[in-house]
Amino acid sequence: MIRLIARRLILGLVTLACVYTLTFLMVITVPGNPFRQSERNMPPEAERALRVRYSMDNNWKYFFQFLGGAVALDFGPAFTYNDWTCNQIIAEALPVSAAIGFLAILIAVLVGVPAGVISAVRRNSWVDVSVLGLVLLGISLPTFVTGTALLIVFAVCFHLAPIGGWGTFAHLPLPAITLSLPFIAYIARLTRAGMLDVLSSDFIRTARAKGASHRRVVWKHALKVAFLPVLSFLGPATAQAMTGSFVVEKVFGIPGLGQHFVNAALNLDPGLIMSTVLVFSALLIALNLFVDVLYAWVDPRISEAL
Amino acid sequence: MPAAKRAQLPTPAAAGNRFRRNRLAGSSTVLLAVLLAIGLTTLPLSLRWYNVQSLDKAVRESPAGHAVVPYETYARELDHAKAGSWTMSAAPIAHRASSWMGHDDLGRSLLYRLWPGFLVSLVVGSAAALIAVVIGVTWGAVAGLAGGRTDAIMMRIVDVLYSLPYILMVILLKIALTRPLTALLGGRTAYADVLILLVAIGGVSWLTMARVVRGQVLSLREQAFVEASRAAGAGKLFILRRHLLPNLVGPVMACATLVVPQAILQEAFLSYLGIGVQQPLPSLGRLAADGVQAVNTFVGYWWLIVFPCGLLVITLLALNFIGDGLRDAFDPKSTAQTLA
Repeated sequence: MIRLIARRLILGLVTLACVYTLTFLMVITVPGNPFRQSERNMPPEAERALRVRYSMDNNWKYFFQFLGGAVALDFGPAFTYNDWTCNQIIAEALPVSAAIGFLAILIAVLVGVPAGVISAVRRNSWVDVSVLGLVLLGISLPTFVTGTALLIVFAVCFHLAPIGGWGTFAHLPLPAITLSLPFIAYIARLTRAGMLDVLSSDFIRTARAKGASHRRVVWKHALKVAFLPVLSFLGPATAQAMTGSFVVEKVFGIPGLGQHFVNAALNLDPGLIMSTVLVFSALLIALNLFVDVLYAWVDPRISEAL
Repeated sequence: MPAAKRAQLPTPAAAGNRFRRNRLAGSSTVLLAVLLAIGLTTLPLSLRWYNVQSLDKAVRESPAGHAVVPYETYARELDHAKAGSWTMSAAPIAHRASSWMGHDDLGRSLLYRLWPGFLVSLVVGSAAALIAVVIGVTWGAVAGLAGGRTDAIMMRIVDVLYSLPYILMVILLKIALTRPLTALLGGRTAYADVLILLVAIGGVSWLTMARVVRGQVLSLREQAFVEASRAAGAGKLFILRRHLLPNLVGPVMACATLVVPQAILQEAFLSYLGIGVQQPLPSLGRLAADGVQAVNTFVGYWWLIVFPCGLLVITLLALNFIGDGLRDAFDPKSTAQTLA
């Protein structure tokens, strides 16, 4: 097990290095210029001075300087936010997004798994179709629509939640629910497919033959196996949820990390693009590793295959 | 590999039968065909009217109170207040149908923007799916056929691309593609815009396709009929054309059908950012984003969000049900179930 984790860690670092190189290549080849975002024309001397200040006068120099900083977890200055370093921006925004994202994934599992199980047990009945349809609404409407709808109903009409902003626990539920809707859809689908698969297998028939109750067979024996695909989906899903969503943050006025992904790309801010990408990838790789270890622990047969 | 372990692949005909027996997927297909027919038959009318403003119908808040009023009433009330200093612009539309779904803030008929918007969304979605199919199938098939080191490297690249945040990649790809593609089209920015959009969305959607195709190729290579063909002396290219590609059609179609709704949603997200389909061209995502903005300023403009979102939901649900149906139909496990 230790050897497995060590191997995966090294592989993760290699992947991270590839991600960094690829992002760097994209950032320097994309046309446009972080120093020319304002309307005013910048004198070439001033631009050259700025490039020297941010060590962007030479691509190789910048590549290794940023890499060196990133290894020491120092991502340097953000170009388009004066006097802010990327570290400060991430330290400010990541905890906010992580809180909402974690809650969203929790909601998604608590709603999506039962929905998938019920839908699989009552296969092709009206229950199946309506549960599936309701759940699929989560990936049939853009988040900005569902978020706005929740905001209008619960905050504006019924005054059950604050209209937006951040700071108290009351600010948490609406954005978390909005963010969880697409994940609910995917989890319910995976659970349904997994359950359909498992329910027709031999050991379920054996369990039934030995007189286990229907409820016990479905929720204990079958779900234990059917949950495995959901578990491997949860790695990337949690990474994505915890790094924030631009739309949810914009609709609810939340100071999270998602806005920085979009703004960094739109402003072509090299430092912020690369630091957000690296944070996302590192989180993704770490969570994938965690899920795989969990997987091997749940199902010992897997650890040989890894 | 022992023969007992091979999953039996459904033949295309058997899969087709199973798809037809799936009532949910079947009715979704019919529904989508009907919507498409409506969109296409009304296209000449919509093209004539989708960008025509009738200012007397433009909705705004009444200066007297918080109610939605047509521009006429608004102007009359304003008239009252300003003692006749207001002149109303002429109304170019004399169509009854144009007001069935109301008008937007610029006085354009929502009915005549909705259906071309539906077609634009479908085109963006299908084209992005097509690009994903071309890249994904090539990548996956080459990796699966080559095997060994090439396969390992190609799949590592897919893994690396998977661990990039796709929103950021779509935006960067769009920025990167803008100049070369506009130049390629001779500066026709309206076409170039749509083309860039779907290349950018397609360019990030092929990863799952590549994985599915590779897996399929790997399992096909072990099938008895492919082995027999190889034993009879068939070359790699012959096997690819004769045995692999026909058996790939089903899973690829299922995967591609599921890419379409995702691409439509991504376009909606880009429209929300203001870098999706450009005005005055409508798309369902663009209309929904505009509707959300209108509803945010005043909840009374409900139709601007209800109609575009209604059509969006129906379209995406139908596409998802069709995609799920196709996947079930071509799934080797479901063959085992029907045989058991």
